[in-house]
Amino acid sequence: MSGITKTTALWYASRATGVVSLVLLTAVVLLGVLVNRQGRLPGLPRFAVTGLHRSVSLTAVALLAVHVAAAVADPYVSIQLVAAIMPFTSSYLPVQIGLGAVSLDLIAALVITSLLRARIGRRLWRGVHWLAYAAYPVALLHSVTSANDLRSGGLLALTAGCALSVCAAICFRLAAARASRRWPAHLAGRRSVDGYLTAAARPSPAQEVTHIEEGVPR
Amino acid sequence: MSDTVVVTRPWPTGAAAQARLPRLLAAGQAGRTDLAHHLAAHGPVPYRGTPHQLIEEIRAAGLTGRGGAAFPTAVKMTAVAGGRASPVVVGNGAEGEPASDKDKHLLSSAPHLVLDGLQLAAEAIGAGRAYLYVHRHDRLRRLLGRALAERSAARRDRVAVELVPAPRRFLAGEESALVSRVNGGLALPTFKQPRVFERGVGGAPTLVQNVETLAHVALIARHGAAWFRLLGTAEEPGSMLVTCHRADATSQVAEVAVGAPLAGLLRLGSSPVQAVLTGGYHGTWVPAAQAAGLPLSNAAMRATGAALGAGVLAALPADRCGLAETARVVRYLAAESAGQCGPCLAGLPRIADALTRLSAMNPDVALLAHLERWTGLVTGRGACHHPDGTVRFVRTALEVFGGEIDRHRRGDCAADRARAPFLPVPATPVPATPVGPHRRDHWR
Amino acid sequence: MSIRIRVNPIACAGHGLCAELLPERIARDEWGYPIVSDEPVPPGILALARRAISDCPALALMAEEVPQPGQRPQIQRKLRRTA
Repeated sequence: MSGITKTTALWYASRATGVVSLVLLTAVVLLGVLVNRQGRLPGLPRFAVTGLHRSVSLTAVALLAVHVAAAVADPYVSIQLVAAIMPFTSSYLPVQIGLGAVSLDLIAALVITSLLRARIGRRLWRGVHWLAYAAYPVALLHSVTSANDLRSGGLLALTAGCALSVCAAICFRLAAARASRRWPAHLAGRRSVDGYLTAAARPSPAQEVTHIEEGVPR
Repeated sequence: MSDTVVVTRPWPTGAAAQARLPRLLAAGQAGRTDLAHHLAAHGPVPYRGTPHQLIEEIRAAGLTGRGGAAFPTAVKMTAVAGGRASPVVVGNGAEGEPASDKDKHLLSSAPHLVLDGLQLAAEAIGAGRAYLYVHRHDRLRRLLGRALAERSAARRDRVAVELVPAPRRFLAGEESALVSRVNGGLALPTFKQPRVFERGVGGAPTLVQNVETLAHVALIARHGAAWFRLLGTAEEPGSMLVTCHRADATSQVAEVAVGAPLAGLLRLGSSPVQAVLTGGYHGTWVPAAQAAGLPLSNAAMRATGAALGAGVLAALPADRCGLAETARVVRYLAAESAGQCGPCLAGLPRIADALTRLSAMNPDVALLAHLERWTGLVTGRGACHHPDGTVRFVRTALEVFGGEIDRHRRGDCAADRARAPFLPVPATPVPATPVGPHRRDHWR
Repeated sequence: MSIRIRVNPIACAGHGLCAELLPERIARDEWGYPIVSDEPVPPGILALARRAISDCPALALMAEEVPQPGQRPQIQRKLRRTA
């Protein structure tokens, strides 16, 4: 295993930040599905799940910036800056770097629309946000094809783990989308209206009910 | 189905004679709905030539909407006409209320009066486009299609009218659902920002008027505000269409002067009646003794918490169970929820189920506390007034028929169980396989 | 200039973040949907109200300026930062 010298430091930096970005992006997708399904993380309030989804994604973006900068600055391989956003224009491994550019563009769209979501409205924001399910596989493909790192040893296991968990999350998300929750007669999966009405009238499971508190302003 | 009001005297002439009924339904009684007959009976469409003029006439006449909200028509027209873009007018004939037949009746017996009103309203607010929104019903659509074809051949219409079909759902006639459907989407209510009169069909300021209101506009334009005020009360002038369901199981669409006594209209003395429903399935139950003294006006009804709504009146016979009738209607209302807002979707079926259990023998009285809580929870928390209207119907039923609960606990009931249900409730279509809200064909 | 919170019940899916962030104005009913108080939001927790509005996963919350007598209310999606 060669050591990190002055000449290879940037190359290692790029690869390292690439791997960590992939792990963080995996976490972002899992957290995103968790938010949508109104899930919770043990010991944390609900707003923390949303907050984590945002924080982790912004951290991933920061690391991606370093990943791209290091790869571009590295003299060992010639990747132009424009190749980071314009797909398939790199001289070094054009297809593989191109995939990275595609996923970077998609992530940029996701992040920018999310930062501006209050201004652009719910429908446009949601429409663009579905691109996350495209950005992740492309990023994964870029990671696996651009360097040997992820193809053996512990990093292969890590990559497989990330890929499998996102697959599971996507399946879960699709299954939930198909189950219609908003048509009265199918709320309980019944075929008849009377069947639904009887089922829906069962006491709902104990919900956390908070009360309006006349609290001291924080 | 309802019978027509049969009057054999000819269309009255002379100003004094015109303070008589029927007005809207007069020319339709000959059974002819063609343009020639309409023109012979009413004369040509009295276009003013400039916008806004007719609005003042309508303001002086004091016409209010006949779709249920009784909003002053002139105020609505002024608001729409004052918008930023070229406005649009929609005639709302989608009578989702199962117990109401007046709009269907009006459209089938006097379509040209409604279409005249649509043209006059369009001229008054300066609209460039007009729509007529009616339930999918082949016979009616054919009739209206013919009427529109006659008018365009005779060049009577100044604004093109598009016929838009509505699904046969309770909420299809709701204002924002109507706009959504006319815009090409599903007939589902929307969150009302901005309001329809500011941005509606195609983003334009939209005037939505019930078809009966438009028919009144057509007559006011011909005979004037003073003529309109010859009938009715000072605060609520004019005539109105009502759908009466009498205790002897007959039903009828009638045109009456506002302020006419309820007792005569429903023939309350002729057979034993326990309660009267005013305002339809989002309306109010009134005990029979109170109803006997009520005139047909919002001002008088307000004192008892009731309202005219879209003119549905039902006299529940004494030999029916008011709770069971109410529960059956509320099951229908729960299934007719658009399913878009959590509280309505969660609350109405539970309310329906609780009422059903209360209307059975040996009910659990603890359900009353749940009902109290749930009715409070759904009120005002939907995008439309479906939960609110349903709660009003339920609460007044519990007030009026509360005694039935005690009877049921003793194993007794007012109803002769062998009889058919009294209030009309259609079967709600249930799709064979679950479909998502955006793919449901029965919201088109 | 004070604001109050309004919820779009069609967009709302009952996530419940809002009730956690702003219990002074938002409670949850037994089905998880928000019960939003009409009272204006006091200045001390305006930042939390702003956060509740922007963090709602369904973008269902809005700030509405409490109309001064004679004015018509306007709905806005986000709070203007107070100048």
